[in-house]
Amino acid sequence: MKVHIDSERCQGHGRCYDLTPGLFADDEEGYGQVIGDGVVPPGQEGQARLAAANCPERAIELLEETGHDR
Amino acid sequence: MTVDDRFTADPGESGDEEPEGTRSEIITGPVSDWATDFSHLEPEWAADPYPIQEDLRQRCPIAHTGRFGGGWLPTRYEDVAAIAYDTDRFSSRQIIMGNFRAPRDIAPIGGSPPISSDPPFHQHARKLLLPAFTKTAVSRQEAATRSFCHSLIDAFEGQDVVDAAGDYAQHIPMRVIADMLGFPPQDGPQFREFVEDLLEGINLPPDERFTRVGRLFEYLLAQVNEHVERPREDLTSYLIDAEIFGRKLEGDQVTGVMALLLIAGIDTSWSAIGAALWHLARTPADRSRLAAEPGLLPTAVEEFLRAFAPVTMARLVKEDMNWRGADMKADDWILLSFPAANRDPAQFDRADEVVIDRAVNRHAAFGLGIHRCLGSHLARMELRVALEVWLERIGEFSLADPAAVTWSAGQIRGPRALPLRLS
Repeated sequence: MKVHIDSERCQGHGRCYDLTPGLFADDEEGYGQVIGDGVVPPGQEGQARLAAANCPERAIELLEETGHDR
Repeated sequence: MTVDDRFTADPGESGDEEPEGTRSEIITGPVSDWATDFSHLEPEWAADPYPIQEDLRQRCPIAHTGRFGGGWLPTRYEDVAAIAYDTDRFSSRQIIMGNFRAPRDIAPIGGSPPISSDPPFHQHARKLLLPAFTKTAVSRQEAATRSFCHSLIDAFEGQDVVDAAGDYAQHIPMRVIADMLGFPPQDGPQFREFVEDLLEGINLPPDERFTRVGRLFEYLLAQVNEHVERPREDLTSYLIDAEIFGRKLEGDQVTGVMALLLIAGIDTSWSAIGAALWHLARTPADRSRLAAEPGLLPTAVEEFLRAFAPVTMARLVKEDMNWRGADMKADDWILLSFPAANRDPAQFDRADEVVIDRAVNRHAAFGLGIHRCLGSHLARMELRVALEVWLERIGEFSLADPAAVTWSAGQIRGPRALPLRLS
């Protein structure tokens, strides 16, 4: 699973980095940023879903990997 | 003595001038039908707006009023969100619904940028302030906020009944914002008057209202000039030097932003802290659970924000249009009730209950879209710390007299008298 923030929609509410600081951080203006390449470490999928479900702007996309493993 | 020409106008002079704009007839008194004659300034709304909103949501869902020169009240989350996002058709040039409309040419800047600004100007004013209000930036206020909360509770020594609104909740944001702006901490009580004049004095006669608003700007100008003479590391000095498009701000823009921070930062957090304590005072199960599980507090804070969202904003309709069945006219108000959106059962399960461990909580207490509350990280910190310290220091507490609890009228709603019995 990967997480992505749509920066057009993000308004800096900060729910993602409040709830899941391992996957998201704030930038110098408070907008959410994905840490690293956004790949969710195994076992943290629930946390990623929680962050996405709490974003008031619906700015977080979860990209589920489909099909075969890479 | 250092002087900056932008701030040398005699505030008494400008305060006496009648501002341009349009006035509507002041209509007060009992509401005949909330669907056609609503007023957020009547005592019934202040006391408990939620049943009114719920009734409107089912039978309306966009209410109208002829008061304030005409306005609309959407009650569904979906409609509130759509209007918040639609800055093309709904202007923020004035965000407090009352009997006066600022002239149209005040847009897109408005009287107190960025809250009163529309695109494209809005983002420039907002960008100026964002770095000062990030979660990281406001965390620097946390230790001082916590020790200030402790000092307020120290002062309860020997009292069985305290006013949690007047003696606790109110003081916390006042002190924090005074510190951030670099104002003397003992000026706090004066801020309270400014806030009340602006937010609750909506139906005062215009002359009286402008005199009162003049007092606030007189105070701000004095603070600005003090900072021009002796610059320091605070928001006031930052705003005096700040530039947009390579130019410093106009004098009235600087004081406009300061007024905004003062007004928007105090009543709001005061209300949120008070409402959360009101809930806990009458819900022993939630109180004891939070005392036992402090780790749950950030989740509970979100639920308090959802269920008791203190802030309602306003917009002005730009052009005549039919919007989702409502026949809107240019310059009609929209009362943009985030509290109503937050109680919409189409958006939230058990919308009318306070569920302190609600895990998924996509509430709109801080608004939606480009005007997301600039101070939301500060407000969350204040609310969390205020509750943390309260729960840590005060054991059991309950409403001393439920009938003595009063709530503010207008667009910022929270307890203004909250007598609690401590044990």
